[in-house]
Amino acid sequence: MFTDKNLPNVSRRALLTGGLATGFLLAFHLPLRAAANEPEQKDTTDGRFAPNAFIRIDETGRTVLMMPQVEMGQGVYTSIAMILAEELDADWAKVEVQHAPPNDKLYANPVFGLQATGGSTSIRAWWKPLRAAGASARAMLVQAAAAQWQVDPASCTASKGEVVHAASSRKIGYGELALAAQGQTPPKDVAVKDPKDFVIIGQPLKRLDTPDKVNGKVVYGIDAILPNMKIAVIANCPVFGGKVGKVDDTGAMKVAGVRKIVVLEDTVAVIGDHTWAAQKGLEALKIEWNEGPNAKISTKDIWQDLRAASEKDGAIAKSVGDIAKGLASGDRFEASFELPFLAHASMEPINATVHVRPDACEIWTGTQIMTRVQAEAAKAAGVPVDKVIVNQHLLGGGFGRKLEPDMVVAAVKIAKQVDYPVKVIWTREEDIQHDVYRPVYRDQVTATLVDGKVSAWKYKIAGSAVIARWLPPAFQKGIDIDAVDAAADMPYDFPNFQVEYVRAEPPAVPTGFWRGVGPNNNVFAFECAMDELARKAGKDPVEFRRAHLTKNPRALAVLNLVAEKSGWGERLPPRVGRGVCVQPSFASYLATVVEAEIDDIGEIVLRRITSVIDTGIAVNPDTVKAQIEGGLIFGLTAALYGEITIDKGRVQQSNFHDYRMMRINETPKIEVIVVKSGEAPGGIGEAGVNAGPPALRNAIYAATGVALRRLPIDRKLLAAGRKA
Amino acid sequence: MATVLTINGETKSFDAPPEMPLLWVLRDILGMTGTKFGCGIAQCGACTVHVDGKAVRSCVLPVSAVANRAVTTIEHVGGTPSGAKVQKAWLDAEVIQCGYCQSGQIMSAAALLVSTPNPDDADIDAAMAGNICRCGTYVRIREAIKQAANGRQS
Amino acid sequence: MSRTMRILASLVVIAIVAVALGVFIIRGPGPLDFAGGTKVALADYRAGKPTGVPARLEKANLVERGEYLAKAADCMVCHTSPGGKDYSGGLGFKLPFGTLYSTNITPDKETGIGNYSDQDFLDAVQRGKRHDGARLYPAMPYTSYTYMSDEDVLAVKAYLFSLPAVRAKPPENTLSFPFNQRWAMMFWSAVFNPDTRFAPDTSKSPEWNRGAYLAEALAHCGECHTPRNLGFALDNRKKFAGAITAGWQAFNISSDKATGLGNWRDEDLIAYLSLGHAPGHGAASGPMGEAVDHSFSQFAPEDVRSIVAYLRSVPPVPSPDLPATTAPVAPASHKDGVTADAHGKKVFASACASCHGWSGESPVSPMATLTGTWTVNDPAATNVAQIVLSGTKRHTPDGALSMPAFGSAYTDDEIAAVANYVTARFGTKGSKLTAKDVAELREQTAD
Repeated sequence: MFTDKNLPNVSRRALLTGGLATGFLLAFHLPLRAAANEPEQKDTTDGRFAPNAFIRIDETGRTVLMMPQVEMGQGVYTSIAMILAEELDADWAKVEVQHAPPNDKLYANPVFGLQATGGSTSIRAWWKPLRAAGASARAMLVQAAAAQWQVDPASCTASKGEVVHAASSRKIGYGELALAAQGQTPPKDVAVKDPKDFVIIGQPLKRLDTPDKVNGKVVYGIDAILPNMKIAVIANCPVFGGKVGKVDDTGAMKVAGVRKIVVLEDTVAVIGDHTWAAQKGLEALKIEWNEGPNAKISTKDIWQDLRAASEKDGAIAKSVGDIAKGLASGDRFEASFELPFLAHASMEPINATVHVRPDACEIWTGTQIMTRVQAEAAKAAGVPVDKVIVNQHLLGGGFGRKLEPDMVVAAVKIAKQVDYPVKVIWTREEDIQHDVYRPVYRDQVTATLVDGKVSAWKYKIAGSAVIARWLPPAFQKGIDIDAVDAAADMPYDFPNFQVEYVRAEPPAVPTGFWRGVGPNNNVFAFECAMDELARKAGKDPVEFRRAHLTKNPRALAVLNLVAEKSGWGERLPPRVGRGVCVQPSFASYLATVVEAEIDDIGEIVLRRITSVIDTGIAVNPDTVKAQIEGGLIFGLTAALYGEITIDKGRVQQSNFHDYRMMRINETPKIEVIVVKSGEAPGGIGEAGVNAGPPALRNAIYAATGVALRRLPIDRKLLAAGRKA
Repeated sequence: MATVLTINGETKSFDAPPEMPLLWVLRDILGMTGTKFGCGIAQCGACTVHVDGKAVRSCVLPVSAVANRAVTTIEHVGGTPSGAKVQKAWLDAEVIQCGYCQSGQIMSAAALLVSTPNPDDADIDAAMAGNICRCGTYVRIREAIKQAANGRQS
Repeated sequence: MSRTMRILASLVVIAIVAVALGVFIIRGPGPLDFAGGTKVALADYRAGKPTGVPARLEKANLVERGEYLAKAADCMVCHTSPGGKDYSGGLGFKLPFGTLYSTNITPDKETGIGNYSDQDFLDAVQRGKRHDGARLYPAMPYTSYTYMSDEDVLAVKAYLFSLPAVRAKPPENTLSFPFNQRWAMMFWSAVFNPDTRFAPDTSKSPEWNRGAYLAEALAHCGECHTPRNLGFALDNRKKFAGAITAGWQAFNISSDKATGLGNWRDEDLIAYLSLGHAPGHGAASGPMGEAVDHSFSQFAPEDVRSIVAYLRSVPPVPSPDLPATTAPVAPASHKDGVTADAHGKKVFASACASCHGWSGESPVSPMATLTGTWTVNDPAATNVAQIVLSGTKRHTPDGALSMPAFGSAYTDDEIAAVANYVTARFGTKGSKLTAKDVAELREQTAD
């Protein structure tokens, strides 16, 4: 019997108290759909031990751990396996990991009630349930050994894949116990380890997914190869919401290797023997588009609308003290901060391989939402959900783009037209121009200073409500809990504080989660505003922050340490500045100092970055470091270059020449210090992303006095002596 | 008309139009998917292979241009001394995150070590700036290249 | 006649003489005057047939012949806007005094030329006179097309009238005063349009005459490659000596050995015109790239050879701004060779080195080789900056090779820096472009 009863439901509540920033999420219970593909059922004849949805041990001791979260570079396969292996006392050398099949009943992320990987929730969400799952399995193995030896289970211990009875100097491997353990009843209440006894958690273990990534062996979705498979390249209508008009395929069908042209409502696909043939075919295709009503939209107009919307009163997301009274006196500061549309641009371009058979639909892809993909594919293919097989692959980057099922749905519609498997590949141009974009946001801060400290802070966020579309039940009282997340959880103590949200949806432009999610806009705005307020108060930025962190010891501690490690306050040459950013996001505390030089023509040279992170218990400290390092680069890339603009209803960027990425020759030394902590683990996949932009902006502010309030950074404003 | 190429020391014969980029020949005709498609315009480096030992972007390299030249891909670079050193250093320094760009990064780094056995930061910048990593592993790439050059272990 | 009147009259006479002298000086020689031989009327020329279509199309119908000639005259490039339907106009020409938009020359009766009679069409193409009598701006190269035979012009018309009528009204021109006064073009035309048909030169070979007709009447090479005088007309005293047009450097195509085509081999010229690329000379880009794609690449081989024969005869005019020889291959290592601009090097390493190599010899395609091209050897770096800004795409029988446009994501400072780095590393003399120069180039590029 396959069971998930060892996964206590309380885990959700625990999560909240564990500091999940968006506490609202717990307020609803999402009905879980019946499991579509039951994962392999327990089969007592194969000698395997399968105590729950996550652990499989065969008679050789091979330990396969089922991964409920997907691996997209964040190292979660290793970290999750470490949590399970720790409590299981598994032999790490025998641990293997496997993608879990789509099944919300067994593998739903407790935060979302859905098998989704995002929002830096993996470790936070699974920390308790997986420890319990591991501990329960260990207890069953111990029980089995004790029964065999006819000793008290309490007299046995477990270590490195063996149960040990010290008194009689007997040991037995998990493999040998597998069959017997399967017959054991899981214990009712099983204790998890005291963190001081951890032998795996907290170690910088080598990742399990990387050895195959150095030799080309790893198979991403785009690498799927199936018998008789053909390859499709697509053109989506360049205008948002536009449709296919006329298609003249005379030229395309003459291209050698082109097999078929598939015309969907808003997409045209050319299927060929190989990508090149399909691409050439697509070039030879004459497509007339019905551009529809959105052919006039532009980012210029969208900004105008957003600015107007942000002048309205918003829904109040948080209120402390008396904001009106607080704002009525003191030294007043007002500023608005604006963030552009952004594309995800994961290195693996969007793709999905689909084979629609008379009785089933099989999918090969890398997605962050396995069950949603399965359900949407079922609808598109017209088959029952349980006839949709999703073969999950490692992701060549996700960053939130693969929290959407659109690419799979389109691929199913294309594959439906043929009887062979089709791999649908989006060119980089399609990937950039038909993304689901990080929304434009406008954050307004109105604050007053009294005696050099913030007395009141009114914070209004205007922008798209991604939550309302992606997780509708979570959108309540007109508030996007994600868009205001880090604003409501600002680290600073202000006597009068109010957060408001104005929902402002750009016309026709699809918006979605982008690595860093809501705190993206919040952290940038409040940390920029803090620097300007510090200057207004005549205080050093670090000093000014400290004065507001008296009630937040974890944030204060990381700030103090980063100031020390970064050489804060030490003299710098002209046009070199340090900028600081403090943030509690995703239940982690991160303080970052960026040191940058702004040369005479306004070019920015990053000199040094120092980050201190308190993420509670760092399951794998090296992964934590890597995520902060990479997150910083991701965020700084956006700060320096990231902007999607729209004209005539079309995205104007298309590839890396005009949607620019930071490169190695722009990357400074990055020092990341992981603070030892006994708190429950926080999220780390996104914190670094949000730290980069404000810290760099504040460094520029320190170096040049230019207070940038918009991203990406306009380097024209930074040239010495040149009029902007 | 069959095209004949020497890839990883083996002779491969196949049908492909002469202008077809080597990338698609490798991936779609020969089934060697270690070499990645990233941009198609030589701006990201994910498709880097070695042609006569030099790093070349296969997404813009017509297959006709490599007839009679030795092509090495990520699947075989571990068989070369510099490639093996780079792969080991990559794992020792735990460079990789999503890994999608890393075939190209490793190919570029291995070619760098052949031409410049002891690269300094400027050499690394010159050889590696054409390879984009969206996960931002650049700090570790730099470190790993230095480790590979020194034969130092972490 | 009163004394006042006499004074006035003599002033008028003096003025007329001055104007006439001025006109004579400013107008200068005609495009074919350099050849000096005996000119005869086309009808009296017996040695060959310089006009019309090549032999393989001799029997083709009027529309097919017109299509060949329309391509030879490269009508489409200027009369099609990006994303617009072929020949439907609307392409903007950014001039210092405003923007001029090309017209719709599809047979649409309201927005195109559907109501044009043969005479209307001849007046427009050969005389710069619109159907309604208004004058065309010389952005329309009618001072070249005027040399076309009536028969050829009308074949082009037949071709255009065979195309689908497209309803498309180009935007209004935004020229400022006094340039928005079309009537004033009458005077310009009177001075600068010879309004005469091609007259063969009996002292030259039939091949030369065919080449002259193709190059002057149809392909209008001089419109870009010949410098302009104060009156904005071609200065044939410096015929084909190179000029800046629409923000691009059209290089010297006179027979000067050092800075013109004098040292190009025939096969290089033929390859350049028909494929847009010649080994060691780089690839055609910008307006010349378009001319190759839409025009020269469609020419019959014998017509390309005729043009080459004709180009060979154009007297050498040196370009003092260009070096006598182009620079050799740069060192393979980024560390060796000229290290000029650190900003430029950074941009080059990131965005350029993958295709162009540190040596300038491309690891991916001879078309992407920088070594030996005038573009990188031009110390003004105009075309380097332009190609970086707006990219380039070459079509060949083996497919397209393109370079993306970096203009939108790289700053003027970065583009100036990389142009200066590229010219210093791969050319003879590094350029000194500034951000301001790049901003101006952006302005000049047609939209």
